[in-house]
Amino acid sequence: MTGKDRENYNKNYIEYVNSFAPPTKHFKNCIRTFFVGGLICTIGQFIRIILEKAFGLSGDELAGTTSMILIFLGCFLTGLGVYDRIGRNAGAGSIVPITGFANSVASPAMEFKTEGYIYGLAAKMFVVAGPIIVYGVLSGSLVGVIYWLLGLA
Amino acid sequence: MRSNTIIFSNKPKIIATGTIAGPKECRGVVGKYVDKALIEDTFGESTYEKAECKMLSFAIAKAIKNAGLKETEMDLLISGDLLNQIISASFAARDFEFPFLGVYGACSTMAESMAIAAAFINAGYYKKIVAATGSHFSSAERQYRYPLELGNTRPPQSQWTVTGAGGCVISDMGAANSQTDGISITSATFGKVVDYGITDVNNMGAAMAPSACSTILQHLRDMGRKADYYDLIVTGDLGALGSRILKDLTWEKGVDIQKNHVDCGEIIYNVIEDEFQGGSGAGCSAVVFNSYIMDKIKKRELNKVLFVATGALLSTVSSGQGESIPCISHAVAIENV
Repeated sequence: MTGKDRENYNKNYIEYVNSFAPPTKHFKNCIRTFFVGGLICTIGQFIRIILEKAFGLSGDELAGTTSMILIFLGCFLTGLGVYDRIGRNAGAGSIVPITGFANSVASPAMEFKTEGYIYGLAAKMFVVAGPIIVYGVLSGSLVGVIYWLLGLA
Repeated sequence: MRSNTIIFSNKPKIIATGTIAGPKECRGVVGKYVDKALIEDTFGESTYEKAECKMLSFAIAKAIKNAGLKETEMDLLISGDLLNQIISASFAARDFEFPFLGVYGACSTMAESMAIAAAFINAGYYKKIVAATGSHFSSAERQYRYPLELGNTRPPQSQWTVTGAGGCVISDMGAANSQTDGISITSATFGKVVDYGITDVNNMGAAMAPSACSTILQHLRDMGRKADYYDLIVTGDLGALGSRILKDLTWEKGVDIQKNHVDCGEIIYNVIEDEFQGGSGAGCSAVVFNSYIMDKIKKRELNKVLFVATGALLSTVSSGQGESIPCISHAVAIENV
């Protein structure tokens, strides 16, 4: 069996497998994502208000401190081995906020520490977060260019 | 038609087994049968790779001990595992003062090593061989997927790599304690590499089922046997989904294994937490076969078993480049004679 025959045969088989493979529960995941993501953001907002009212921070200082606290919490829960458990049940809800980003940097750092601090921890730290940074910066720049062009008109 | 099956006329014997499994596995069906149930999955080591190596080493040593043999009486160790350059097997072999033959068949390594061992013994080159393999959830996850602590959702087709190792001693003569005297490897079929174009690395069951089907049909055809000749046709780690596909595929070819087929991956876990389709990994078939199933054979509750370990021959590079997953299965017939 070669070439086209194989291709057709494979296509039939893949269709057959997909016909009864358990589907990813998109709707249920979306609901969970909404609530978990929402909860994390609400906690963030709560921290922000506390910082604003109790410590009198404002502007960039306020935003920066809030993010730092959330990043710390993300890393801390990763270290305790709790964040992956939240993540397994949260759909994308725990991935999208900044705590998810902290988790994606902290988890490979912990994992590859066994291969040393330079070639392990430091080198592998961004295996998960690297693509997010690259394409984040890239799309940010593109949007910037579009804005600049709009400004010219 | 060409035969891919070797018939072992001198009937090499399986005289003893040694198994060890992680905490999650031991909550399931194998818990009662393994030689050692780990309380924590690091096995007192600093890294998961070291733990995997130590488990394998333990399984080999335990199998030799259970056989009532000494290391000096052993002729050869045949072993392999899932990690790059089969480091667990090679490093475990450092602990033993007899020759080592490293093999790689992904999750089919157990059946592959048993078949090779049986062939050496049947030919008379060696008298006592240990065949062993193992895997560890955390080391496999690290190599093939994401870091452990990364909070992502597992897809429902996915399987859970088994933490555990198992080995058996294959000998030209039955053991002194004659309880396991008659368990022989009567024939073995080396499988072809089969690829039906599945590219989803989370759906190993669907990728491997066609290769299991191919090897089982080939074996039955070569031996001129019907499927019901065997009390049990046990596959390695197809999982619930793959097992169902296998039944469909063989049914389509006119072979009915509905009643006597069981999959190690499907039965190993009791608690369905994140395992979804069940266990996978080289350790899966090694642990289940060498503990649970061998126990049933020893007690003569099962007399004729066809052990078909299935393996997915992919790497992170090949799947990254969009290649589909080639799979292989080897079958070993074990009978009480």
